[in-house]
Amino acid sequence: MTVALQVENLNAFYGKSHILQGVSLEVREGEIVALLGRNGAGKSTTLRSICGALTPARGAIRYKGNDIAGWPAYRAAQAGLLLVPENRGIFNLLTVEENLRISERKGSPWVLGDIYRMFPRLEERKRNGGGQLSGGEQQMLSIARALLNNPRLLMLDEPVEGLAPVIVDEIVNQVIEIRNKGIPILLVEQNLAVCGKLADRNYIIELGRVAYSADAATFAKDDGARDRFLGVKAE
Amino acid sequence: MTYLFQILNGIGLGMLYFLLAVGLSVIFGLLQFVNFAHGAFYLLGAYFTYDLVERGVSFWVAMPVAAVLVTLIAAATEIVLLRRIYKLPHTFHILVTVGLALMIQELAIIAWGPLGGNVPAPEAFNGVIIIGNFVYPEYRLFVIVFTAILAGALWWVLEGTRVGAVVRAGSESAENTALLGYNTLRINSAVFGLGAGLAGLAGALAAPIRGVEPFMGLEALGIAFIVVVIGGMGSYTGALLAGILVGVTQSVMASLWPEGARLMIYLGMALVIVTMPRGLLGRA
Repeated sequence: MTVALQVENLNAFYGKSHILQGVSLEVREGEIVALLGRNGAGKSTTLRSICGALTPARGAIRYKGNDIAGWPAYRAAQAGLLLVPENRGIFNLLTVEENLRISERKGSPWVLGDIYRMFPRLEERKRNGGGQLSGGEQQMLSIARALLNNPRLLMLDEPVEGLAPVIVDEIVNQVIEIRNKGIPILLVEQNLAVCGKLADRNYIIELGRVAYSADAATFAKDDGARDRFLGVKAE
Repeated sequence: MTYLFQILNGIGLGMLYFLLAVGLSVIFGLLQFVNFAHGAFYLLGAYFTYDLVERGVSFWVAMPVAAVLVTLIAAATEIVLLRRIYKLPHTFHILVTVGLALMIQELAIIAWGPLGGNVPAPEAFNGVIIIGNFVYPEYRLFVIVFTAILAGALWWVLEGTRVGAVVRAGSESAENTALLGYNTLRINSAVFGLGAGLAGLAGALAAPIRGVEPFMGLEALGIAFIVVVIGGMGSYTGALLAGILVGVTQSVMASLWPEGARLMIYLGMALVIVTMPRGLLGRA
């Protein structure tokens, strides 16, 4: 399969803290890749460095024939690298529809009507302010904005964190739909059950480096890896 | 009836204050940038109009040209100088922009002299309107109507268009706006330029009413800050409401107790700071 995104030896700092100490990973066309790891391991920092919200100190990010390491966030977004951040990044002072409208980009496979079919709640709440939405609705809105923005690769940072189980199922189904439409996804997720449903391959990050990688079937059977890197017992 | 006259006068004055202050307010909302050079852009707008009219250019050409020139100068200043200091504490903003304001003021004195001058009202509006025993200068009426239309158009741009939504998004979070593919640096320069251009337009419109003199920028800066503080930092409707409140207060007080006009305005501002620190329509 063709490689959509290749990250090599990525190093990044927050102030003087050396958070990423050489992360290497790749995302291929048509797959969902999950980044796992304990809190503070560098999962979110990896996503933020790829999309330019944080400027990496060293390393290469190969995407569509360019090394985009150090590109400003707006250029990465224009090139189709869309981050759905952990805080969801909703504009509270804009209505739901305004949040969507400013995200529309020509050429995207999704238009506003598609979004309202995928997430009927967003249409019901389109006149509400972004700040009035529930956590699940905010997550839907954040994903919807990325879809309107003509994504070529989607990065989701803990998309189901803190959401009710019924909403988790809805989001999981939509993420699979997005992948099936041909958009590769790089996912940060702590919830192993969700990872099991979504991921085609997994990377585990520890202390700012990739410590383990495996495809979904291997990872599912590897209780040892889960114990060692994530400190959780297999269910 | 005299009060009606004063109130109308105050509304005209207030609309100019709104134009003057709205840019300062939006710039603060977007960039958290304290701009003490804002009054200097008002000064430039007035002097450019004066200069062009002196050269025989029609006021109707001079006014928009002055506003566009101020917009370009302000945007260039933002790109060359001001964007480098946004991240520094507010004290640095004040130091740099006060310095900039003083430079512009001194350059105006070098270019046009220390004495100032008058700009005649454009011919179409240099008469008075008489209704019963009520006399009102036509030009002031024009200013009220023109700024009201402009205020409506601005409101529509900010609240009703995609560009306005992006500006409001940027004032909430620059990072999240960039993550959607917007070059926030460019948006900042444009908003800064246009905000300053509105102050320049206020100066151009005010020139036929109050003339031009080198210290009008300082006075305008004080008024603009009062309006922004009363209305709420970053609030468009707040600037409109506060502009009119300040204008009407000033105008009505001028006939009741002229020496107290400023006192009332500063007292009002103090009252707002104490009771509603975010201003009348400021947001959290």
